[in-house]
Amino acid sequence: MSIDTDTAARVAKLARIKVEPEALPALAQEFNTILGFIEQLNEVDVEGVEPMTSVEPMRLKRREDVVTEGGQQDKILANAPDAREGFFAVPKVVE
Amino acid sequence: MTDLNTLKIAEARDALRKGEVTSVELTEACLKAIEGAKALNAFVHDTPEIAMEQARAADARNAPDAPSLNGIPLGIKDLFCTKGVPSQAASFILNGFKPEYESTVTQNLFDAGAVMLGKLNMDEFAMGSSNETSTYGNAVNPWRRGNDDTALTPGGSSGGSASAVAADLCLGATGTDTGGSIRQPAAFVGITGIKPTYGRCSRWGIIAFASSLDQAGPMAKDVRDTAIMLNAMCSHDPKDSTSADIPVPDFEAALTGDIRGKTIGIPREYRMDGMPEEIDALWTRGKEMLRDAGAKIVDISLPHTKYALPAYYVIAPAEASSNLARYDGVRYGHRARLAQGDGITEMYEKTRAEGFGKEVQRRVMVGTYVLSAGFYDAYYNRARRVRTLIKKDFEDAFAQGVDAILTPATPSAAFGLGEMAEADPVQMYLNDVFTVTVNLAGLPGIAVPTGIDRQGLPLGLQLIGRPYEEGDLLNTAYALETAAGFVAKPAKWW
Repeated sequence: MSIDTDTAARVAKLARIKVEPEALPALAQEFNTILGFIEQLNEVDVEGVEPMTSVEPMRLKRREDVVTEGGQQDKILANAPDAREGFFAVPKVVE
Repeated sequence: MTDLNTLKIAEARDALRKGEVTSVELTEACLKAIEGAKALNAFVHDTPEIAMEQARAADARNAPDAPSLNGIPLGIKDLFCTKGVPSQAASFILNGFKPEYESTVTQNLFDAGAVMLGKLNMDEFAMGSSNETSTYGNAVNPWRRGNDDTALTPGGSSGGSASAVAADLCLGATGTDTGGSIRQPAAFVGITGIKPTYGRCSRWGIIAFASSLDQAGPMAKDVRDTAIMLNAMCSHDPKDSTSADIPVPDFEAALTGDIRGKTIGIPREYRMDGMPEEIDALWTRGKEMLRDAGAKIVDISLPHTKYALPAYYVIAPAEASSNLARYDGVRYGHRARLAQGDGITEMYEKTRAEGFGKEVQRRVMVGTYVLSAGFYDAYYNRARRVRTLIKKDFEDAFAQGVDAILTPATPSAAFGLGEMAEADPVQMYLNDVFTVTVNLAGLPGIAVPTGIDRQGLPLGLQLIGRPYEEGDLLNTAYALETAAGFVAKPAKWW
């Protein structure tokens, strides 16, 4: 499996990271190095082996579906790059 | 009296209880040491006002039954959210972020009376093995190769924690370990660091890297100090659904030094091609020390060891790509300046390109790729199957009666900052070859300094224990520490 610059561009897009076109060949090369390393996993016989979901056998706890620590609008917005009138502000999303 | 900042936690605790020293004096000594150690770049956000206030409060409540860490000055890795104090995982994307809440682990430490001196340098989002991916610049190892003044890495990702403890800037520090980030830096600077069993320490308020692997743990000057800190850090926490709901025993009380009758496994797959002779010799000496202390040494096999790093470099980036999706320039941290006509997608893409460093971008994109349609089964599910087999290797060894497993902690001593700059990313990943299996299996692992190499640098060994048997593991580490008698300190140049 070899990654070309088109695939690298597609992955960057999916990850929402802007990559300049001139940086794509080097990025594709790095992906190939890392994926080449990962390919070793194909040597392992995993027939009938369950994919691990939890490293210790435990059932995740559930809590009551109720508000626990609500009413903290000021704190929630305190670190926002742009907050106005009690909302997070972003560029126009819907035309 | 010796400089107070050079005390161990147990020594300081005893002196505080007897009234021979105050927390204010201890804290001032550490703050002075930090002031004089800017060259190490270990502390990146100093909090002297908080420290002095906590120290005065600790002195006011001092009593023979004061909590276990009452008045003890500690450093906190930048990955922990600390209320009102910058907490940015050494990333530019969290520039200016001051949490409105406290992580469970730091709250537990404060409840035990600890004093916070400041936040410690690390690799960005804990992704790295040399502290070279930090937005704050490299942390520097206080150790040097003899008279050679080449700056060495303190390891990573908890490089600032390692450097600060080794240089006596604090009595102990918090670290986190996703693939070796407590144990490798501890070994590189000649201190002790334990990653407890997955679920022992709450992950709540610790900035997430790979949630199924991340665990917090202490880094300190000896085994006893790590035991004391670990006791305070562990708790069951309803705010972390993977937090283990089992009692936390008294780890310090487990330190008897008696390991007679214990069985120590030596995994043959950890003898790597091209392993430096000194590491091999250290491992052999470690075996002999444990045998002389009365343990039984047996050869064991962990057949899937070779596949741990490749599995890790699927699972960790996959989880990271998901966890780091939250950094979008909307709710906290950095937002890119937008051009005329830029919409929300451009805002995300520019913010993440400016905010994430190269290694973080690389891992987020690798994670995105292995989770993408058509590759999910081939990469991600296969890696999770291999992870099941890696864990089974350990279960089989423990089922044969093995109590702990002895391995080298790192494949080399600390290397020079910048030395790996030209290497491909996989070369850097190999640093975690002995530690990463432990995260994949969720087991406790501890690095103990056991020797000095020809260049005068510390080397460590790793002990791996059964799940939730940190007390027994710490006791075996204590026996190894006693036999090794490692007391060397870096010569002060900073």
